[in-house]
Amino acid sequence: MKLSREEVLHIAKLARIELREEEIEKFREQLSEILNFVEKLNELDTEGIDPKFSVVPPENVLREDIPGLSLPREKTFMNAPETDGEFFIVPKVVKK
Amino acid sequence: MELVNKSLRELHTLIKRKELKPSELVEAVLKRIEETESKLNAYITVTDEKARRKAKIADEELTKLSEDEIPELFGIPLSIKDNINVENVRMTCASKILENFVSPYDATVIKRLREKGAIFVGKNNLDEFAMGSSTETSYFGPTKNPWDLERVPGGSSGGSAAAVSARSALASLGSDTGGSIRQPAAFCGVVGLKPTYGRVSRYGLTAFASSLDQIGPITKTVEDAAYLLNVISGQDSKDATSAKIPVPNFLEALNGEVKGLKAGLPKEYFVEGVDPEVKENVLKVAELLEKNGVSVEEVSLPNTKYAVETYYIIAPAEASSNLGRYDGVRYTYRAENYRDLIDMYCKTRAEGFGDEVKRRIMIGTYTLSAGYYDAYYLKAQKVRTLIYQGFQNAFEKVDFLITPVTPETAFKIGEKTDDPIKMYLSDIFTIAVNLAGLPGISVPCGFDSKGLPVGVQFIGRAFDEETILKVADFVEKELKLNTVPEL
Repeated sequence: MKLSREEVLHIAKLARIELREEEIEKFREQLSEILNFVEKLNELDTEGIDPKFSVVPPENVLREDIPGLSLPREKTFMNAPETDGEFFIVPKVVKK
Repeated sequence: MELVNKSLRELHTLIKRKELKPSELVEAVLKRIEETESKLNAYITVTDEKARRKAKIADEELTKLSEDEIPELFGIPLSIKDNINVENVRMTCASKILENFVSPYDATVIKRLREKGAIFVGKNNLDEFAMGSSTETSYFGPTKNPWDLERVPGGSSGGSAAAVSARSALASLGSDTGGSIRQPAAFCGVVGLKPTYGRVSRYGLTAFASSLDQIGPITKTVEDAAYLLNVISGQDSKDATSAKIPVPNFLEALNGEVKGLKAGLPKEYFVEGVDPEVKENVLKVAELLEKNGVSVEEVSLPNTKYAVETYYIIAPAEASSNLGRYDGVRYTYRAENYRDLIDMYCKTRAEGFGDEVKRRIMIGTYTLSAGYYDAYYLKAQKVRTLIYQGFQNAFEKVDFLITPVTPETAFKIGEKTDDPIKMYLSDIFTIAVNLAGLPGISVPCGFDSKGLPVGVQFIGRAFDEETILKVADFVEKELKLNTVPEL
């Protein structure tokens, strides 16, 4: 199978990655190749097999509810591209 | 060179007896970094000033401490893969998107090393976000293999492996999602240990594929690996997947008592496509063990041949979710020109990520998207069950497995960069171990005719690092290889 140009653009949109014109064809080729490669799994009959999402047993890990320190504010914001020290600042989302 | 060739235990003894000052040791490592970095590019950040300052403090403390008060890593400088947080040090993950990110806190492994007195000299190069097998996808340029500067050191922990090999690091911590500790260790002629999933806390390791990621040591010797594993292992309330299983003293396992152990040679790991010289060197290890009382039998891991395909569905799926956080809001890089919020996300990620990271995010996005989830992601997780069961069956008969680490020795820089699938296949013998959550160790076992190191991998039962450390240590001591490259 080969992905269409529209499919590549759709995936990129879902992944929030803008593609340059010359990247669209390159990724179309490469992503299609990778998908063809992994399709080999269809040879295997997995009827009735449970999926193994993790090797760790799915158990709740509980602890006592003891108050403790979390990351201080200045540490939280030290890598923010834009901040006023109390909030992360982002472009306006809500229209007037 | 003399000091940097010593084992961690030897250095600890010298410091304990006050025959060696931490500052002398730190200077020796910094000098070695200075001598080799222009050739290797094994470090993204060298924290020389910080290390010198810490060493000076340690020098003073040392005069006040009695011998038995000195913890096992006191004054010993280590390097760390640049996807593990060291407080107030830049952490780039070899990506443009984190070029100026400074860690706000210590990873649990760093906290544990610090508590034992370790000093950090720098952050090692890697493939961008640990996605790669050659350290070529680093935004900061590739690391070179100390055995042949035209070749890759492997990846993704290529900077750590190259530095330990060239002795510009005494030891390092790497991370292993599909072979990223063991494969570069094999390519550079050093020891790389991927502990059992859950043995070591992942808190503070930049998440790539959370069900597969594990931190582990890259060292000159098996003993050094056990030495560090003792310090970094154990449950952590900050990582819910870290296991509530007692941590043994791994050094005690290194007693040479291999007689009576049962080894398995999985026939699927010795098939066509494996370099004959690699095969020969690995089979020699099996013979050596057999001569020393280990029974060796052929076993079968029938679904091994699906491991790479399974991995390249699961890992990108988890990565596409984990890397969603790099959106220009919290983590340093934000595109300059954009129309609105969505456009800011899309441009920030377009400018900040390299091609391999984009490919994996998009593959993961696709396989998790509506209509494709069952066909790809769920299917892969079912195959994972089969791979896991294959190992379980083998471990009913044997105590550990002997395999090559890689199908070939270190390849040339640029050789596989245009062909993602060719690159993916270089992890064919390490990936299944992550899918099954098992411990695996890579140890040098010989050289090919080009003079490049060959590694052997020992795979153990979950939480039985002791057996593979014991065997690896035995083999290392029997072979007595000279694994110091001329550089």
